[in-house]
Amino acid sequence: MFRACRRLNLRAVAVHSEADADALHVRDADQAVAIGPAPARESYLDIERIIEAARRVGADAVHPGYGFLSENWRFAEACRRAGLVFVGPSADAIRTMGDKTEARRLMARAGVPVVPGSPETVVDVGEAEMVAGDIGYPIILKAAAGGGGIGMARVTTARELRGAFATAARRAQAAFGRGDLYVERFLERPRHVEVQVFGDAAGTLLHLGERECSLQRRHQKLVEESPAPHLPPATRQGLVAAALAGARAIGYVNAGTFEFLLDEGGAFYFLEMNTRLQVEHAVTEEVTGLDLVVEQLRVAAGERLAWRQVDVVPCRAAIECRVYAEDPARGFLPSPGTIERLELPSGEGIRVESGVETGSVVSVHYDPLLFKLVAAGATRAEAVGRLAAALERCVVEGVHTTLPLLRRVLASPELHEGRVHTQMIEQGAFNA
Amino acid sequence: MPDEIKAHITGVVFQIAAKAGDRVAEGDAVIVLESMKMEIPVEAPRDGAVKEIRVREGQTVQEGDVVAVLE
Repeated sequence: MFRACRRLNLRAVAVHSEADADALHVRDADQAVAIGPAPARESYLDIERIIEAARRVGADAVHPGYGFLSENWRFAEACRRAGLVFVGPSADAIRTMGDKTEARRLMARAGVPVVPGSPETVVDVGEAEMVAGDIGYPIILKAAAGGGGIGMARVTTARELRGAFATAARRAQAAFGRGDLYVERFLERPRHVEVQVFGDAAGTLLHLGERECSLQRRHQKLVEESPAPHLPPATRQGLVAAALAGARAIGYVNAGTFEFLLDEGGAFYFLEMNTRLQVEHAVTEEVTGLDLVVEQLRVAAGERLAWRQVDVVPCRAAIECRVYAEDPARGFLPSPGTIERLELPSGEGIRVESGVETGSVVSVHYDPLLFKLVAAGATRAEAVGRLAAALERCVVEGVHTTLPLLRRVLASPELHEGRVHTQMIEQGAFNA
Repeated sequence: MPDEIKAHITGVVFQIAAKAGDRVAEGDAVIVLESMKMEIPVEAPRDGAVKEIRVREGQTVQEGDVVAVLE
């Protein structure tokens, strides 16, 4: 972010909580403003305090990053009202795509394939049975108010539906205060492939290719790469066309990502749209040689996209992994603490984006992502080889990390052959 | 069987799921901790009645701290 600002001769101001007063991002910025105590609700998630900080330093624009308030339409709206440019899409686009049922409805209308299922929540188990009969088993029951897998239940046969429905509704009621469920077809071993799109205010809309992000757990991605391996050209064209149609339907401006699930037969379905920069945007940057953050700032300033579709050419392969302060040996329990020693690799084709250094305190209050490691190469095999070697050179002491798991993933035949799906990690495919 | 229920991770008490006097079954969440944006239940190690809850919502607990006691 700050690198991009410097390239455009912009001054960058960081905001930080009391816990992050010594954080790397604070030192990298030209100026820093404290916005409150450690709990995110009282600092990074406090819209008023951030707007106030922006006013105080005389900021022109606010970049929301990719966590915290980056997909909060109220924040985008509050920036606009305060006369600040929000570096991202309109508040309306964020709100629309943030409502998962509305997004699904809108995308289906735009001709984007969605996972077959009930258009809305079902009124009772009878309706669930009817929908399931139509779309075919296995199905998955999902809580309308859901998140984090709570209230989700996979149902293999019609016989199991009644019991599973009652349990899922009760769990959703207990967790979210609402027990209503909807029904979707359950996809076996699907891949997660997403398409990066970019629009400007003049109505230009481009795609920057796809990323394969199947290796994830609890909907948190661990490994991402581009181009997606073994993607038939027709499927790739279909994905890109669907993403552009979806973006056009909402008049999308700035960087965004359409996420899809691919089933084993090669059919794909819209999952959701991320109306912000993604953690894994670096993969696309390495593949295309384009700087997405610079372009986000330029487009937010009202400029037209500097690229045409023909300029966006995948020149090489790139693969990224995320190192989290979590203990894979104990069910990925969070591992806060102090980093006693940190050694990060460098070398040809290696890019490291780290939020921590030796001595950093990894707080219980924030996301466990420590750093991202990206490797690029002329071929996928070269990129994979470089990432595997780079992982071996990483040293993190003081907290548990996902490094041991990532090393096993990079050594696995599944990864080398590009045969991955979203359920692999949770099924224990890479356990020690 | 242990009477003390200890936090297995460092985190902030997000929710107190049971109160003194409540009957809990093995595996029930007694309190829920929040750490690194994840909600992690601290479960009862056995069936029993809750004698005491030793923490309050919003409090930071360290791994190994006693958060509740069973009868």
